[in-house]
Amino acid sequence: MAKITASVFTSHVPAIGAALDLGKTQEAYWQPLFAGYEYGKQWMKDNKPDVIFLVYNDHATAFSLDFIPTFAIGTGAQYQPADEGWGPRPVPVVKGHPELASHIAQSVIQQDFDLTIVNKMDVDHGLTVPLSLMCGQPPADKFEWPCPVIPFAVNVVQYPVPSGQRCFNLGKAIRKAIETYDEDINVHIWGTGGMSHQLQGPRAGLINKEFDSAFLDKLINNPQGAADLSHMDYVREAGSEGIELVMWLIARGAMNDVAGGKAPTLKHRFYHVPASNTAVGHVILEN
Amino acid sequence: MALDKPYLDVPGTIIFDADQSRKGYWINQFCMSLMKAENRERFKANERAYLDEWAMTEEQKQAVLARDLNWCMRTGGNIYFLAKIGATDGKSFQQMAGSMTGMTEEEYRNMMIKGGRSVEGNRFVGENGDAQAQNQPQGSAGKKAH
Repeated sequence: MAKITASVFTSHVPAIGAALDLGKTQEAYWQPLFAGYEYGKQWMKDNKPDVIFLVYNDHATAFSLDFIPTFAIGTGAQYQPADEGWGPRPVPVVKGHPELASHIAQSVIQQDFDLTIVNKMDVDHGLTVPLSLMCGQPPADKFEWPCPVIPFAVNVVQYPVPSGQRCFNLGKAIRKAIETYDEDINVHIWGTGGMSHQLQGPRAGLINKEFDSAFLDKLINNPQGAADLSHMDYVREAGSEGIELVMWLIARGAMNDVAGGKAPTLKHRFYHVPASNTAVGHVILEN
Repeated sequence: MALDKPYLDVPGTIIFDADQSRKGYWINQFCMSLMKAENRERFKANERAYLDEWAMTEEQKQAVLARDLNWCMRTGGNIYFLAKIGATDGKSFQQMAGSMTGMTEEEYRNMMIKGGRSVEGNRFVGENGDAQAQNQPQGSAGKKAH
């Protein structure tokens, strides 16, 4: 049977993608940030998954105001890196895993979560920046990501976004779905976005290290406590875009301890301010 | 019953809710069109003519022409959509966010390097933090303009 062996949490700031793509990673501004991902890059090589279930949000890229799915699962064979206005990032096409994705969709919908099933969409920095951070830049002679990826997009653009509790419960349902998939494969679940940041208005640039630090503590040791935070806790304390952190709870809810298993092993914890407008957080947990 | 809006007392912040989304449908859809290189070229060649192809209000068009992102947001624009205008202009997200504060690019960048804007005084309208209405504009860019 398939197993979730680990969860990875990381911010997905677009400027990080630009720094990587423009070869700026050794600049003094960026060096401390990328140093915080060296562990994760090696860990990915040592613990290569068969599939990554990647929770992210679409930033008005695949989904305009024509339709706004709260939860969308990609069941397609592949996804192109999007042109978000700067031209597409020079990163590989993202290969999907249609069989596992369809299995998860069927199981999770039957557990009363209404997922939107998507076979064709472009993926933006929300999905490709975490891949770049954890996998590095693929070499020209083997220009591909290390494994298939199932994109799982959460609406955090138009209010109301799903609550932290609902995301946490959805993670539990995704765990059940993955663990009933017949093939013996090793799945990572990633939660991305956050941490504190606000991109708009006179309050732009808000960072709250105390909130972020407390959130990381709870995420690791008391995830139900993190799931109890309300929309307004995020908006007021972590900035209007800090609400992206609800996506981390989907990945956290899929870990063994939430279903009565043993506590996960903390492999890595990193925090850095700033990357452009944003506080960057990064955690790796193993089951 | 009116929409419940518990976020109206957060200073310097517009939450993109159903009312904003409805008001901003066309300005945001115009922004989406800038994800195609040929549309970016057409827009840059004649901004006014390109905007006139969309069912936007005159105020929305003026806000886009002025590149005043706070004004765009008041008319229903959402920052993730509006970012496509900045991308078309070759601006980074930091330049766009900073432009909404009244700070110069350098002032905003320095604030971020020093750890960002504090939440103290900026949780509720009526406090006295730097994001509060009575403390605008914040930087020398905004002061020059007023």
